[in-house]
Amino acid sequence: MSEVSVDANKSAQDPSVPENSNRRKFLTVATSVVGAVGAGYAAVPFIASWNPSARAKAAGADVEVDISGIQVGQLIRVMWRSKPVWIVRRPAAMLEALGKHEDQLKDPSSENPQQPEYAKNQYRSIKEEYLVLVGICTHLGCSPQHLSNGAFSQYAEGVQDGFFCPCHGSKFDMAGRVFQNVPAGLNLQVPPYNFIDDNTLLIGSDGENA
Amino acid sequence: MNAFLNWIEARIPMMRVANMHAIQYPAPKNMNFWYVFGFLATIVLVNQIVTGIWLTMNFEPSAERAFASVEYIMREVDYGWLIRYMHSTGASAFFVVVYMHMFRGMIYGSYQKPRELLWIFGMLIYLALMAEAFMGYVLPWGQMSYWGAQVIVSLFGAIPVIGPDLVIWIQGDYVISGATLNRFFALHVIALPLVIVILVFLHIIALHEVGSNNPDGVNIKHKKGSLAEEDKTKYEIHEYYTSKYDIADDIVPFFPHIVLKDLVAFSIFLFVFCYILFFAPEMGGKFLEHPNFEIANPLKTPEHIFPVWYFTPFYAILKAVPDKLFGVLTMFAAIGVLFALPWVDRSNVRSWRYRSGLHKVNLIVFAIVFVFLGYLGGTPQENWKIISSQIATIMYFAFFVALFLYSKSERTKPVPARISK
Repeated sequence: MSEVSVDANKSAQDPSVPENSNRRKFLTVATSVVGAVGAGYAAVPFIASWNPSARAKAAGADVEVDISGIQVGQLIRVMWRSKPVWIVRRPAAMLEALGKHEDQLKDPSSENPQQPEYAKNQYRSIKEEYLVLVGICTHLGCSPQHLSNGAFSQYAEGVQDGFFCPCHGSKFDMAGRVFQNVPAGLNLQVPPYNFIDDNTLLIGSDGENA
Repeated sequence: MNAFLNWIEARIPMMRVANMHAIQYPAPKNMNFWYVFGFLATIVLVNQIVTGIWLTMNFEPSAERAFASVEYIMREVDYGWLIRYMHSTGASAFFVVVYMHMFRGMIYGSYQKPRELLWIFGMLIYLALMAEAFMGYVLPWGQMSYWGAQVIVSLFGAIPVIGPDLVIWIQGDYVISGATLNRFFALHVIALPLVIVILVFLHIIALHEVGSNNPDGVNIKHKKGSLAEEDKTKYEIHEYYTSKYDIADDIVPFFPHIVLKDLVAFSIFLFVFCYILFFAPEMGGKFLEHPNFEIANPLKTPEHIFPVWYFTPFYAILKAVPDKLFGVLTMFAAIGVLFALPWVDRSNVRSWRYRSGLHKVNLIVFAIVFVFLGYLGGTPQENWKIISSQIATIMYFAFFVALFLYSKSERTKPVPARISK
């Protein structure tokens, strides 16, 4: 404090020149920084309240599916985050056929990240038998049709089963892989999922697979 | 950077406005703590606008969904409880600072010539604020929202001939209903905020034209050429003011001197505000009344119906008068007479520091009567309160009558010519 000169008349003489300008500068900067930090924290509620609410989170929660009743060759649809998710129990013949038309596909080995790491294989699934896909066309968001038992071969020569999008004609095989020469550019998305036990599937979280 | 600022300035007068209205605006240097409430009111207005915008993101203005959507905000939206409590506590804080701001104007005679229009703009803000607060309180669609709206809207039914039809027109239905809720929502979130912001703008423009009053009520602007050079302020003041007047050495520039003082008040205000916000957002049923935690039920009237605390003085006046129409007229007259204050007070001495003892007593009694009326209007009806509120109502108006009578020939002290001498 000793170096601070106290001169009561000084500021009265020339109010435009402040005393102790270094100390004032320090106090100004310190106050401004504290104020800025406070303003930053005050912004947290306003930014965070744009997060999905507890209701939205509950509506978007993981979906548990009992798969014990699915027949071989059957497709069931469940809703997950307001989107259709298909679960197909694929017969052995269908799995075998997946390898035969890979020359007609855009991304046969699933290089694009349209699936979790644990589903990046020829069958695009955890268990070969069960295919789990988000049933939304990667072109413009329509939901493709499931065509089985030879109904698909009119769209792709020699391929018995697949998905055909009625909106713009995109085609996908029974692993959700997109065919060449269609508007869609990416394979159908595989959602994160895991098997709780042999009969129960949990859609929405990676479980122990991650 | 300078070239860029010049480019801007040549196209829009940013610096000129900042200089004229803040950096080089002359503010009396004796402004005391009573002068922080205008600043605080501005801060609370910003708080209400920002939190209000956020609340509309999740609020649903329908009779079926309003109550549930407020609960949804409170329980499920991230920080929704905080934003809603900031808004509801802010409403009460708004009235606290506005009442202080108005009382400041009364004790220092800030409404007197030449500040009559400034006072009237302020009163219009107060009026718009009351409408805004009333309609906002209806939106959560709780029991008190519903029955409060019922009571206030039915006041218009007291108007002869057109009254009953006017009530139906205001309600948009034969009862208070979803239609009423929806139009109140529209007025609360768009119409009245716009009106308030425009009025605040006019209030500030009018203030800067006539200049700020001060606790001594002494003029800081003097006739051009009437002050010696050493009596003029040494600060750099915008030529808009110096070209018309000699500005005495009684002022400081608004920025940073007054702003920094206001910021100190702001931090003290925040302590109080945040304490209420986090520990007592309902304020024991005064800020958010308990019946409002129950959804509106047109078949069941709450045992006691009170408006929120900031309306209770006027509610007490309404209840004090036995006749409905006359009661409504008295209540509106209680607000209306404040508009006339610049002409009711005929003294040309502003501050109570230099006015008679009678005037000081009159002001203090008025403040006590106003608070007492607030108590009477906000607690259950009892026999002794009827006669008390009638006496208090008479005393409320007696303030103005007495002021009108004594102010013309009041024995005042000599007002100093300068603040610093």
